[in-house]
Amino acid sequence: MIVVKNLRKSFGEVKAVNGISFEARDGEITGLLGPNGAGKTTTLRMLYSLLPPDAGEIRIDGLDPTRDAMEIKRTLGVVPDSRGLYSRLTARENISYYGQLHGMKRAAIDRRIDDLVARLDMSEFIDRRTEGFSQGQRVKVAIARAMVHEPQTVLMDEPSNGLDVMSTRALREYILGLKRGGHSVVLSTHIMQEVAALCDRIVIIARGEVAADGTAAELLARSGCSSLEDAFVKLIGTEEGLLA
Amino acid sequence: MRGLITVFRKEVRENIRDRRALFNSLLLGPLLFPLLFVGMMWFLESAERERAEKTLELPVVGAEYAPSLIRFLEQQGTVILPEPEDPEEMVRSQEVPVVIRILPEFPAQWEQGLPAPVEVISDPSRQESNAPIRRVKQLLLGYGQQIGALRLQLRGVSPQLASPVMIKDVDLSTPKSRAILAVIFLPYVLMITAFTGATHLAMDTTAGEKERKSLEPLLINPVPRWQIMTGKMITTTVFAMASLALTLVSFRIVLPYMPVGAFGMDLTLGLETLLKILLIISPVAILAAAMLTLLASFAKSYREAQSYMGLVILIPMIPSLIFMANPVKAEAWMTAVPLFSQNILIGEVIRGESVPLAWYGASFASTLLIGLILAVIAATLYNRPKLIFSTS
Repeated sequence: MIVVKNLRKSFGEVKAVNGISFEARDGEITGLLGPNGAGKTTTLRMLYSLLPPDAGEIRIDGLDPTRDAMEIKRTLGVVPDSRGLYSRLTARENISYYGQLHGMKRAAIDRRIDDLVARLDMSEFIDRRTEGFSQGQRVKVAIARAMVHEPQTVLMDEPSNGLDVMSTRALREYILGLKRGGHSVVLSTHIMQEVAALCDRIVIIARGEVAADGTAAELLARSGCSSLEDAFVKLIGTEEGLLA
Repeated sequence: MRGLITVFRKEVRENIRDRRALFNSLLLGPLLFPLLFVGMMWFLESAERERAEKTLELPVVGAEYAPSLIRFLEQQGTVILPEPEDPEEMVRSQEVPVVIRILPEFPAQWEQGLPAPVEVISDPSRQESNAPIRRVKQLLLGYGQQIGALRLQLRGVSPQLASPVMIKDVDLSTPKSRAILAVIFLPYVLMITAFTGATHLAMDTTAGEKERKSLEPLLINPVPRWQIMTGKMITTTVFAMASLALTLVSFRIVLPYMPVGAFGMDLTLGLETLLKILLIISPVAILAAAMLTLLASFAKSYREAQSYMGLVILIPMIPSLIFMANPVKAEAWMTAVPLFSQNILIGEVIRGESVPLAWYGASFASTLLIGLILAVIAATLYNRPKLIFSTS
């Protein structure tokens, strides 16, 4: 469960996040939808305590990232915008490294990796060095290493970026599985279909502010549009960034 | 500490698989410098011997004024060349290293028993001319002494009266202490190796991690940032130390092939000496790892980091160069100066002197202190979000 209230963050003159509030409940997928540069990544970075907010309040299962950074990091699984892997290590070693950083025992890591290999269909490449991996294989490894410690709350920044159709389908299956498992999932995206296919609640962000917030049906009703895409354009008041 | 150890183990494993790291840290320094050293020695020695043994060819201006001197020179094996048109130009253009000019007043002065002038035209600033100049001057001096002795004898005076002082050399230098080149060169090489051994790792674990976009996910793990950075710096230090140890071993292997005789060197690096040197230089490895990591953390990419490194490599060179230009006598206060003290101590150890324990302590502590200060700064660098997210 994530509660964000009136979050603000500026970089010099630029107000990247300008008073964002939303909630993300357990057993639900919350989508942060917005054009590029709307402040989604900055919001997520504040959630996983890599950036300190200028103002506002964040509670993740009651914990505050600015004060309980280590504790929060233990309960979070994060697939950030940068998903660099270590190319001289195998996929298994990449994932195992993160397990060890979380203080997991060797046996527990091995068990967990076996489970993730089955769920994310990675058996073909799990023991290969990640040099030369396809984008889809990279994202799978990045997800597996973020999930190795079985986090309750999952944050994903543009998870389907650069994936082909098959990989995207597999990714959605996995995210829906997390939801069924009672996890709280927050993903940021600028892709309409992704939101429509996955998200229980949608938070539309534009220019650092929340433009609208609700289920897909609520957003359609509020805007009086018949498609989510039209609703989105109408609610943020511009087509800018949608085509990217 | 768990996180620190995890980071350390992963970095070691990753970099052992990296050919670039192995080449830079474990091959380049340990192979290049000892070979360079031995090659340089061979070259110096053979060039020196060649110059000393080669027939001396000497153009003489005004040979007709001093036929007996010319005869003497020829008896000593000198080949007298005919009078050149412009002797100064000949020396300046390096056609010959030295020309002598016997001045027209030579015969008159000679007759009267006054010093008769001979000019030795040369350019001593050219290293390669030193041997021939020395030989020509020795010949002229020898001739002068011979004639002087004869003149005294003719007048019934013992030539010994003209040498009131007899100089006898009592040489206390051991063969080891004569290993001057090694004393200066080895510390220099080791100081540079400490830095070159650390360079690649320092850049790869910081700027490289940022460039590959694996820094941000790494920092989301529940491990304090200082532990992550310290783990990286320890890896860098270990590689620098390995580089140093290999360089020393490789020196030990090639030294027997050195042309020992010419320099009067007896430089066998025993195990004890090697360990002492390694101990002296080890805080430099820590200092280098911390300093290079600190710098590379500011870079956005490996290439940007590389551009800083050219300047950093000057840092260990400066104290060595000062020491080379002015080989001072070792004194206590110098052993507290980081990077300079190592030059002095390694020199003393090679020379076979017994070094006071306090000197080891001062050198080790002062260098380690600076190293740790830099390490603390480096360890906290990634607390600034600006440095994490700056990507090119």
